[in-house]
Amino acid sequence: MWNPDTLKTVADTLQTVKSGAQDTGWIMHHVLDAREIDLTPFGVIHLPQIHLFGIDVTPTKHVVFMWIAVILLILAFIAATRSYKKSLVPKGVTNLLEVLIVFVRDEIAKPTIGHGYERFLPYLLTVFFFILTCNFLGLIPYGATATSNISVTATLATISFAVIQLGGIFKNGLFGYFKGLIPHGIPFWLLPIMLVVEILGLFTKPFALAIRLFANMTAGHIVILALIGLIFILRTYFVVPVSISFALFIFLLEILVALIQAYIFTMLSSLFIGMAVHQEH
Amino acid sequence: MILNNLLLLAFYSGGESSGGPLDVNPGVILWTVVTFIFLLLILKRIAWKPILNSLNERENFIKDSLDKAETAKKEAEKLIADNKVSILKAEEEAHKIIEQSREYAGKLKSQILDESKTQSKKMIEDATHEIERKNAEAFSKLKDQVADIAVQAAEKILRENLDKDKQIKLVNSYLKDLSKN
Repeated sequence: MWNPDTLKTVADTLQTVKSGAQDTGWIMHHVLDAREIDLTPFGVIHLPQIHLFGIDVTPTKHVVFMWIAVILLILAFIAATRSYKKSLVPKGVTNLLEVLIVFVRDEIAKPTIGHGYERFLPYLLTVFFFILTCNFLGLIPYGATATSNISVTATLATISFAVIQLGGIFKNGLFGYFKGLIPHGIPFWLLPIMLVVEILGLFTKPFALAIRLFANMTAGHIVILALIGLIFILRTYFVVPVSISFALFIFLLEILVALIQAYIFTMLSSLFIGMAVHQEH
Repeated sequence: MILNNLLLLAFYSGGESSGGPLDVNPGVILWTVVTFIFLLLILKRIAWKPILNSLNERENFIKDSLDKAETAKKEAEKLIADNKVSILKAEEEAHKIIEQSREYAGKLKSQILDESKTQSKKMIEDATHEIERKNAEAFSKLKDQVADIAVQAAEKILRENLDKDKQIKLVNSYLKDLSKN
């Protein structure tokens, strides 16, 4: 069974993996998180290393872009609030923000949560605008998509999970909430299975949220980079127009995806909140 | 040897230091939580509360305005209907008044006509009587005068008769006239 060929194969595979890992670097470099912000040809900004309680809490590229998103949002909303203080009629950027706010309120929160949706509106609006801004920051030159980092999406999904569970528990009570998880009218011998399934279901929902956002935001960039990489792999100029036009198409698609994913994340969070708060449905 | 290599392979793909897309960085998790909570709190304060309040305020304002417009419209419609009714009433009244006055005028006319007719009849009658009376008077006066004149003429004739010559002359002149003719 264990002949020298097998040994050779394993050794080759190891070799390929070793060399191959370095080969993907030129693509993954643009997608992965980093400890510096690459502004070639203007130079590279090295982020300061910070260690706190034995954890490496160095602000990485994605963290910096989250902060940029936060600053942009705060500035935009300060302008919007000021404009509302002047008059109730919106103007300029306030109009755009208002359309999105009203969209989140009337198309996402109101129909999915229903009665008592006002309590969750700040969370849903924040998550929507934060994801939207992070998604769009990845589409500008030198930008990075913080939402294409699994740590970021998993954290956002965990916060969503916390909001869903706490919303349900505050509304129905701790015991009432977990009792409400199990559907009415099932035979008692199914109870143990249902309990496991339902509790598993609670965790799969935010898991799906995290993976969906991460995968969608990563995929577009990788496809664009692969299309551009085609030029260097095929080593011919004839592929340039094809690569560029396809990459442009994917970029336009990414704009759409950036909007859709922000909407989907907010929409599903809102839906799960609605399900946790109004369990009778 | 194989086992060693396999272990190496597993260790290599698992502990890739350059980082894969599925690597989880606890620092990033921490920063995400901090950043998101900070954003949530600050936006709740500076954006969501005032903006949502403004939106609600504006929605209520629009709703109120629409309601007001609706009630104003209803009132205006009611007023128009009332006006129409009163105009109709006024027209009717005017017609009535005109009709009445026409009737009255007709009555008055016929009355006046009758009166004047009778009056004129009476006047004509009076005048006829007067004329008749005057006629009779004049006739009697004329009769008296004629009688006087006749008497005087008779007297004159009688006196003339007493003169023979003259009588003969007269007769002659008459005769002359007759012969001429």
